[in-house]
Amino acid sequence: MRIRTAGVVALFALALAASGCGGDSDEPAAKDTPKAAGGKLVIWADDKRTAALKPFAEKFGQENGVTVEVQAVSKDLQTNFVTASQQGSGPDVVVGAHDWIGNLVQNGAIDPVQLAAEQKSAFNATAIKAVTFNGQLYGVPYAQENLALIRNTELAPEAPKTIEDLVAAGKTLKASKKATETLCLQVGQNGDAYHIYPLYTSAGGYLFGTGANGDYDPKDLGVGKPESIEAFKKIGALGEKGAGVLKRSIADTNSIATFTGKKCAYLVSGPWAVADVKKANIKYDISAIPGFAGGKEAQPFVGVQAFYVAAKGKNKALAQEFVANYTTTPELAVALYNAEPRPPALTAALDQVKGTDPDLAKFQEAGRNGQVLPAIPAMAAIWDPFGKAEAAVIGGADPTSTITAAGKTISGQIK
Amino acid sequence: MSTPLSGPGSATQAPGREPAGSRPPRSRPSRTRDDAPISLTGLAGKVLLLGLTAGVAVWAAFPLIAAGMWPGLALLAACTAGLFYLYLTRRHIPAKYLVPGTLFLIAFQVFPVLYTASTAFTNFGDGHRGSKDDAIVAIGSSSVTQVPGSAEYALSIATKGDPATGALVFLVTDPGTGAVSVGDTDGLRRLDPADVTVATGGRVTAADGYTVLTVGQASSRSKEITDLVVPTPGGAVRSSGLSRAYEGKAVRAYDAGCDCVRDAETGQTWTADAEAGAFVAADGERLAQGWKVNVGLTNFTRVLTDENISGPFLSSLIWNFAFAIGSTGGTFLLGMLIALVLHSPRMRGTNFYRVLLVLPYAMPSFAMLLAWRDMFNADFGLINSLFGVNVDWFGQAWTARFAVILVQLWLGYPYMFLVATGALQAIPRELTEATSVDGASPWQSFRAVTLPLLLVALSPLLISSFAFNFNNFNAIYLTTEGAPFPADNPANGATDLLITYTYRLAFGGQGAQFGFAAAISLFIFAIVAVVSAVSFRRTRQQEEVYA
Repeated sequence: MRIRTAGVVALFALALAASGCGGDSDEPAAKDTPKAAGGKLVIWADDKRTAALKPFAEKFGQENGVTVEVQAVSKDLQTNFVTASQQGSGPDVVVGAHDWIGNLVQNGAIDPVQLAAEQKSAFNATAIKAVTFNGQLYGVPYAQENLALIRNTELAPEAPKTIEDLVAAGKTLKASKKATETLCLQVGQNGDAYHIYPLYTSAGGYLFGTGANGDYDPKDLGVGKPESIEAFKKIGALGEKGAGVLKRSIADTNSIATFTGKKCAYLVSGPWAVADVKKANIKYDISAIPGFAGGKEAQPFVGVQAFYVAAKGKNKALAQEFVANYTTTPELAVALYNAEPRPPALTAALDQVKGTDPDLAKFQEAGRNGQVLPAIPAMAAIWDPFGKAEAAVIGGADPTSTITAAGKTISGQIK
Repeated sequence: MSTPLSGPGSATQAPGREPAGSRPPRSRPSRTRDDAPISLTGLAGKVLLLGLTAGVAVWAAFPLIAAGMWPGLALLAACTAGLFYLYLTRRHIPAKYLVPGTLFLIAFQVFPVLYTASTAFTNFGDGHRGSKDDAIVAIGSSSVTQVPGSAEYALSIATKGDPATGALVFLVTDPGTGAVSVGDTDGLRRLDPADVTVATGGRVTAADGYTVLTVGQASSRSKEITDLVVPTPGGAVRSSGLSRAYEGKAVRAYDAGCDCVRDAETGQTWTADAEAGAFVAADGERLAQGWKVNVGLTNFTRVLTDENISGPFLSSLIWNFAFAIGSTGGTFLLGMLIALVLHSPRMRGTNFYRVLLVLPYAMPSFAMLLAWRDMFNADFGLINSLFGVNVDWFGQAWTARFAVILVQLWLGYPYMFLVATGALQAIPRELTEATSVDGASPWQSFRAVTLPLLLVALSPLLISSFAFNFNNFNAIYLTTEGAPFPADNPANGATDLLITYTYRLAFGGQGAQFGFAAAISLFIFAIVAVVSAVSFRRTRQQEEVYA
């Protein structure tokens, strides 16, 4: 009796287990079936791009008799990709920003992509430069983005030619109580290197020098050099103890909202801000970020979104086929533009959408003199110390000691 | 516990071991055991849980088999068999209760601690994730460049014979001349134009003696295609996807003779450095792709000797204690005071107040921390505009510290209020009434009776709350991010806890340094463990006095 009860329980349990692993035993079978029909391609992208990629990935699958899976990784895509590919459970293709390349390469996570000369020439030259690392092309770009000056044309009809013009116009607006702030440029408590960079370059500063082949050279660090200190003296003069144009209280959380709330006439932001501005029914125009009078041009960072072939993917040949020979078509670039309006990197695709969206051309024009965001791993050491030094100087700290210390911290972290 | 050898109902059965209700008459021990009621729900639950166990085991077995991890598979089988044995026999009653918790303890507590400890002795991190072989492969494949001036071919993948198993060949068409060649590991051979059909664009669609594969067929042999290189005088023809091929050359290759990587074009070499886990050139230049090696105590000594770390360590530690004590003590005092007020029999509408007071506890702390951060904004924040002041809250060390503790107070007092209310209700009112009969003032009665009894119940909670706040990463990272930072030191801010400070050190620089982060975690673990151990010891003494 006792044995029987135990036996019955065990039998039931095993039956349940068998039914439970029914789903599992399907899986090897499922793996076999498409194997006969073709391979499987797994793509990782963030949420927005996943939605845009799905129809095209399916089309690619149907045309070629393969299964294509687009999986959304909504958080920490880069880290997850590196970790997963190390374990052998990563995707075949990943979509991400070009400044990941340095880290992905040092972790052996991506392979170079070989594009034919005529394929390369179909792209914007800056975009191709951005995905080139150590002389190798590591990804296929599809969109690029940069900062520009968005202004409320009701408050500021004219695009300012210099920062000084902008400050003067802002002062008039503040005096007549039409605005409470001059410029919405996000700084935040701990600074924002990406957004201050145009002013930093205009005032003469640089982050990394470029080597003979045009690549950034991590050994030539510009932060802490006399030029950078001079640049931050000019930035500090715009800060809280100076003109009051740059403020730590304006941060990533409230910069766009302050502009759409008509509290400031000028906003420094990228294509992602346009949707909010349109929603607030603000009459706006886009122009290049002005530089200091008598200074250099203000150069924003140019960032590029790209497709990468995973080095440890299970289906590399198919992944290369998809990235090198399918994502280079304008249709896909236009679809991705429709999912999120950033200027396409393919010249043909940009021409196609330019007509319906005049903002694109303006953003592109504003980024014409931009600098490619450095993809070298050393860039990771810049963001935090540089931003904090910026915040400190804007708060009124002494630029010389602050920037010298930041330069020391950064060079200490670069191997 | 009775030994397994003594059968059920044997004379050695310790009395009182079985639940009183099911104690059998001694005369028919074995039958009564079976007669112990087997309820249908109990049986179903057993079947379900054991079935789930078996299901999970089968699910976990496949990847283990695929990876050839036989010790892991043996462990899995042993665990599953052990669980089945345990719950199918009627013996080992205490083990039935203890085993699940113990298994979870091992899986979720002991294993992570051991894993962290073992990581602390390596250089595991970005650029040092895999093995040396991985690094060599990555260096080789990232150095493949197109031979200058060479042709770009249109490519078709074909086999001799069966598409799934036949030997792979590349059918490549030179776009300039239209000449078709077949390529395999022996090299390229020209094919007779009469034997091949070429589509527009140059790709071969059919060839005598070969089966041209569809994309689907080809992609199922992806690995072989990527590995196939067709040697040519200038380099090798390699596939770029399934429809194009190019003549490329791996410029850098590993040479086992000198244990180094050699660049074929410049002749430069990078020698393997087994201590750093990287290929290093004579001038100190490193190749980016490194590998994971054991670095001994380097990570630990770095914590102690690196000035950037040991310099501000003490001030951070002091603030860290102040923050944890301030948060825990403040929430406890406020929570207890409110609990005392609401415990008073003269108070009306206590339930209403209780609901109101618990509200902050019901809201997600993530969102609340972000909302508080915005409220402290110097120019646009609610707090400055409400009180008509102009304080740069997160811009000055002391206001920032005050602000984060204030936020913790708001977030944490409902918890203390709840537990204090519960503990107060467990203290008999007769005790306080007795003190008032003896002529004690309310303060004396609180001090001598209520507070000690409260502390006996709440001390363990206070200790765990302290340990939690000591490592309260979110409280800092979602509000000040450690700000304000001294102008000359962007690494360590006035409100930085050890955990946020070390997070910045380990992940803020050139990629993630997991080995270093693990070493610091062990230091923090040691501090928290010592504090907790001492506190628990004191609590026990207190219990002995008051219990």
